[in-house]
Amino acid sequence: METTAYIILSVCAAATPLLLAALGELVVERSGVLNLGVEGMMIVGAVVAFGTAQVTGNAYLGLLAAVFAGAAFSLLFAFLTLTLATNQVATGLALTILGLGVSGIIGEDFVGQPGVKLTSISIPYLSEIPMVGPLLFAQNPLVYLSWALVAGVAWFLFRSRAGLTLRSVGDNHVSAHVLGIPVIRVRYLAVLFGGGCAGAGGAYLSLVYVSQWTEGMTAGRGWIALALVVFASWRPLRVLAGAYLFGAVTIAQFHAQALGIPIPAQFLTSLPYIATIVVLVLIASNRRLTMVNTPASLGKPFVPDR
Amino acid sequence: MESPAPTTPLFEARGITKIFGELRANNNVDLTIEQGEIHALLGENGAGKSTLVKIMFGSLQPDGGEMFWLGEPLAVRAPAEAREAGIGMVFQHFSLFDSLTVAENIALSSPPGENISDIAERAEMLATQYGLPLDPTSLVGDLSVGERQRIEIVRCLMQDPQLVVLDEPTSVLTPQEANTLFETLFRLRDEGRSILYISHRLEEVQRICSTATIMRHGKVVDSCDPREETAGSLAAKMVGADIVDVVRPALKGEGAQILEVTGLSSFADHPFATALKDITFNVRAGEVLGIAGIAGNGQGELFARLSGEEPASGGSVKIDGSECIEHGVTERRASNAAFVPEERLGHGAVPVMRLSENMLLTHHGEDGVTGGGGLRTVAGRFVAKAAQAVVSAMDVRKSSHNPPAASLSGGNLQKFIVGRELVRKPKLLIVNQPTWGVDAGAAAHIRQSLIDLAAEGSAIVVISQDLDEIFEIASDVAVMADGHLSPVEPVANMTRERIGLLMAGQNASEVAA
Repeated sequence: METTAYIILSVCAAATPLLLAALGELVVERSGVLNLGVEGMMIVGAVVAFGTAQVTGNAYLGLLAAVFAGAAFSLLFAFLTLTLATNQVATGLALTILGLGVSGIIGEDFVGQPGVKLTSISIPYLSEIPMVGPLLFAQNPLVYLSWALVAGVAWFLFRSRAGLTLRSVGDNHVSAHVLGIPVIRVRYLAVLFGGGCAGAGGAYLSLVYVSQWTEGMTAGRGWIALALVVFASWRPLRVLAGAYLFGAVTIAQFHAQALGIPIPAQFLTSLPYIATIVVLVLIASNRRLTMVNTPASLGKPFVPDR
Repeated sequence: MESPAPTTPLFEARGITKIFGELRANNNVDLTIEQGEIHALLGENGAGKSTLVKIMFGSLQPDGGEMFWLGEPLAVRAPAEAREAGIGMVFQHFSLFDSLTVAENIALSSPPGENISDIAERAEMLATQYGLPLDPTSLVGDLSVGERQRIEIVRCLMQDPQLVVLDEPTSVLTPQEANTLFETLFRLRDEGRSILYISHRLEEVQRICSTATIMRHGKVVDSCDPREETAGSLAAKMVGADIVDVVRPALKGEGAQILEVTGLSSFADHPFATALKDITFNVRAGEVLGIAGIAGNGQGELFARLSGEEPASGGSVKIDGSECIEHGVTERRASNAAFVPEERLGHGAVPVMRLSENMLLTHHGEDGVTGGGGLRTVAGRFVAKAAQAVVSAMDVRKSSHNPPAASLSGGNLQKFIVGRELVRKPKLLIVNQPTWGVDAGAAAHIRQSLIDLAAEGSAIVVISQDLDEIFEIASDVAVMADGHLSPVEPVANMTRERIGLLMAGQNASEVAA
């Protein structure tokens, strides 16, 4: 019983940074912008969170700083791709490379230092419910935040007027512009939100997951988050499911080895990407499904004619 | 008859000027729209109609001039302000979102605050009231062009506008759909609203408009009552010179069979496709076969099987006596056939590529185009020269020496794309919607060149929704309805009414000549 709970908790720990970053990217892509810089924004978030928490001694300040750092870093991407209309793929890749480099420099002195841990919060009474209690109600604040974000993003996208506007910009930016919707401003806000979420995902790694700083500690999670958005066919609830599935796969890598199950680790590592390809093929074979969920102007630069 | 009391004009523009680079898109334009009238804005493509309308709607800011609304100065800095003032706009290119529902599409242009289900309810009521049935929950991507236009109109009526601007509204509609639209417009006029109707279809303008303002090269050249003009005199004002009528020489005897299509069939390969059902027809040298039909009855599917872009599921296509059903586009071209698809940008031409590069798209297999032996390097100078030859033969007007395809106006690009095939003097030419959205001058030029090619002994198939065009150039007519093709008959046996019935899917034997 204890092992099961332990495994579920560790799946949750592996899933949360993916979930945070992917939800942010989902909003970005729904507005029609493809930001491949998730990995870069995450690692900047991770190092800023670690540094701020260590200097101030307050993990929450670390988290806040990470959100701002991620958003500030994405602002660079937004300026290049939205104001200067550069190629989104190339700019996103550059952002990832830049983020990995910059975080290495900032974090040079933090390597090997003990960090400040963002501790879990047990909700009184609820967390004492047998079985479910510790799993649902004695979690890290960032886990609660990620769950709340799923509901928030789902509500925002499909229930609110602002979300409708955002989806319209992602579907057809020319039409949106003609109707007087401020396409570029909507996309700026979406990119900043995505940056903040990626920063929070990075903060989870350096404040909770390992609570120390090592160079390149995101270890490709930004890329998994990107794949996750496609895997979830741009739907928030499926991002939740996908994040836990991909998290479980990560955990399975450790346990399969320990238990001597003969599955090559490389296979498990590649599983999220294989799953994403399968999903891409599945949705591509259904025109209607693609039409409803895939932002049609994804990755296309928009220059208003004035 | 009593003379109407003088009223303040609903809308007035004075001296509107808009400059793009060196081009004066609008040069000191005046426009007065009275209350309760349907006012036509006529002009060729590029005459400045769209620029003026965008300025009225706040999508563009003028460089000079002023506007008045019921005599009061009017400034529109954004579309929202125009809507606020009472100007509604139905665009030629729909500003719709395929992945959203009808209600969501309408909500996007409504002022914030109202919730979507209320908007849906109000839209459905308006739609019924004006005879424009719509299901608010359906996805726009699933709808036909006519239905999409209804959304645009309902969306515009939601704001209760005093002035409704329609930009080329019938260019995508069937005659029946257009009649329904006119009913709606008359109803709006009778309610005291004004309508600015932009079109280059002169018969329509004469039928429904009481005033016309005519633009040419960014200036207003005339203002008249179109009902007192002839189509010819209106067109002359628009183009600045009399349009030459298409001359059709009499057929000289029976030509050789060039295209023989027997039992051609296809499956519907996506939910919005039409299956082709046992299509059989022949075209002889010197003939122009016009294929009429309402959009979406299999014309696009037929074109794709004739050109070899899509495989057929059965039947035979013989070009100049040799079986081609298994052949792709390039092989069919090698059999001396040529194809002009419906969409200019993206299908007929690559928008970002220069004209000379677009020339290569259908000429890559020819002598002289590639040199350098085995490497097949493109002979750039040769191609550029060939492109220039097309440009001068078809009178393509362009802004620079070898511009990207997308920078040409619709009419000029269409002339280039048709001309690109004509220079090869193909034995068989298949054209889908040769003059869709093309101005009158360019359309006449294209039609004449098709007829000239037929006179030189080629066989031509013209797929068109424009009945005037079919009657103008076709020697024989067949009608597509739901994937079936009616038997080919000489144009002399056909009337508009008969074609209309065949379009509606009635059997040819029931529709007596």
